[in-house]
Parts: sequence; structure tokens; C-alpha cells
Amino acid sequence: MIHALTLILACQLAGEALTRLFGWPAPGPVLGMALLFVLMLASGRVARLVQPTGEGILRHLSLLFVPAGVGVVGHLQQLGTYGAGFALVLVVSTVLALAVGAGVFVIVVRLTGDKDKSDA
Amino acid sequence: MREFAEIWSYLAASPLIWLTATLIAYVIGDTLAQATGRAPLANPVLIAVILLASLLWITGTSYATYFEGAQFVHFLLGPATVALAIPLWQQRHAVRRAFVPICAALLAGSVTAVLSALAIGHALGLSPQLLATLAPKSTTAPVALGISQSLGGSPTLTAVLVILTGMIGAIVVTPLMNALRIRDWRARGFAVGVAAHGIGTARAFQVNPQAGAFAGIGMALNAMLTALLAPWALGLFL
Repeated sequence: MIHALTLILACQLAGEALTRLFGWPAPGPVLGMALLFVLMLASGRVARLVQPTGEGILRHLSLLFVPAGVGVVGHLQQLGTYGAGFALVLVVSTVLALAVGAGVFVIVVRLTGDKDKSDA
Repeated sequence: MREFAEIWSYLAASPLIWLTATLIAYVIGDTLAQATGRAPLANPVLIAVILLASLLWITGTSYATYFEGAQFVHFLLGPATVALAIPLWQQRHAVRRAFVPICAALLAGSVTAVLSALAIGHALGLSPQLLATLAPKSTTAPVALGISQSLGGSPTLTAVLVILTGMIGAIVVTPLMNALRIRDWRARGFAVGVAAHGIGTARAFQVNPQAGAFAGIGMALNAMLTALLAPWALGLFL
């Protein structure tokens, strides 16, 4: 477990360093994810090593957003007079993005021939 | 009662109490979510946030004090993002086979998220600074803050909008997809990752592992695409 955790943190650190070094728009952890993915593809040992620990962290991914969420409550008044407007924008835009994203995915799957039907 | 006050003043200043409170609030939220069969509105993040915000308000605790404890949980967001490589690796064959739909849905979802927010915001008369603040709202927080700053928006306010977007996405995705009769877990997951970043991804993992893996990919790809797309999209409305 300690090896897996070390590897995950090292990937994140490498990602943070790379993104700062080259001024890339991607955040360090996202590059770290790409890096870990490449390592897992390259080595079955790495893949077996990180799986249990990584899955443990991901099992309660929701928990990790709680501190930031609590921070938002204190800033809600910052939305001020625009509060209702922002609420409308966020709800409508999120619903549209979800519908269009999933809709296009399903349509393109149908057009390109479904090689991997995953209907439940 | 004096003893209680002494113990309280000691504990309230230590990170332990707020770290524990964060976990307890989440356990309560998660238990309620499970008890309702993961009903969309019984979102564990939402429940935990409401409980903790009330607790902070009742005890008159500042967010800075709370965060001294909660930062240990918050810190894990980085390693958890790295760990998203694991479901991606497990689903690598399915991902490769869905390469074309992924690219198409990324472009469509990302453009819709940014343009629809800007168009509605513009119609409501939001200032250019508020539009810049709003543009990256579907992106994962660290990227969204960077985009907001570079466009001349307010990063603090962007953080608020990002979290709210994540919660809205996590709550509406299941009823919306059911209403649209979209049953493909890849499509459902990918779309919620693009539209509602990590909080949507967390929801997807609770519903289906394949949806979770595709949500993680959607979140990562959308972070990169929005960074390129947002300046152009904002230019259309200025």
C-alpha cells in the first residue's frame, strides 16, 4: 500500500512540476493521471500494485469535495443580486451540456457501428 | 459547564475535531443516500455540506479554522485525480473502441457548456467580468480558477460556480438521462464528467463503474479543451 501511495504521489508531483515548467493549461494531477496511465500500460506490475490503494481512494471520491463545498456556503452571498440569474444559468447550461454530450455520444456510437454495446 | 467550555475551546482549536466532523457528516450523508437507494437529491456531498455549514454557523466557527482540519481530506483530491488512471486503465479497451464517440461528445458537450452559460449570462445582462468568471464553470476547479484569472474574471467566485455546477450535474444527471432514454453507461458517464467535473464523476462511480471511468476521462479532456476554448467563446460575447 505504501508503494502504491508513493507512486501515486510521485505521479502527481511529476505532473505539477511538468505543468509549471512548460506552462501547460492542464492541472498537475490531470497530467499525473496521464503519467500513471502510461506507466500502467507499460507495466503489468505497476497496474497490479496501484489498483487496490487507488480504488480505495476513489471509493469515496465524493467525500473529498466536502471541504470545498462548505467553503462555497460562505461565499454564496458574493453572488449577490445576481444569485437568481446565476442559478438559472448554471441549471440550464448544465442540463443542456449533459443532454448534448450524452446525446452526441449515443448518436455517434450508432453511426460508427456499435462495437461495444453496454446497455444495461 | 466550565469544564465543557474548556474542553470545547481546546478541541475547537485543534484540526482533529473538524476532520472528524467532516467524516461524520459524510458518513451521515452517504448513509442517507444509500437508504434512499442513491436518490439523486440525497447527494452525500450536498447533505454533508449542509450539515457542516450549519454546524459552523451554530458554533460560530470560521471557515479558516474548519479548513485546518478539513485540509487533510481536501488534499486527497490531487492523489484521487491521479488514481482516476486506474478505472481508465481497466476500461482501456472500451475507451479505445469508443474513441470517435468520445471525441464527438467532448467537443459537443464542452462547447455547449461554455456557450450556453455565456449566452444566457449575456442575455441576463451580466458584465464582461462576470461572464469571464462564469465561462469555465464546468471545468475541474484548479483549471477553472486559472482560466477565470487569465480571462479577467474572479477566481473566488468561479470556485463557487464550479462547485455549484458539480452539485447540479450530480443531482440532475440520473433523472435527465432516464427521461432522454439514454441507457449507455459510457455516454451517461462521459457527459457528466464533461458537464460537472469531479463531483459528477463521483456520482457516476456510485451508479456504475464504467460510467465512473468514462466520467473521469470526460473531466480530464474537458479541462484541457475548455482552457483552449473559453477565450474564443468569451470573445463572441464581448
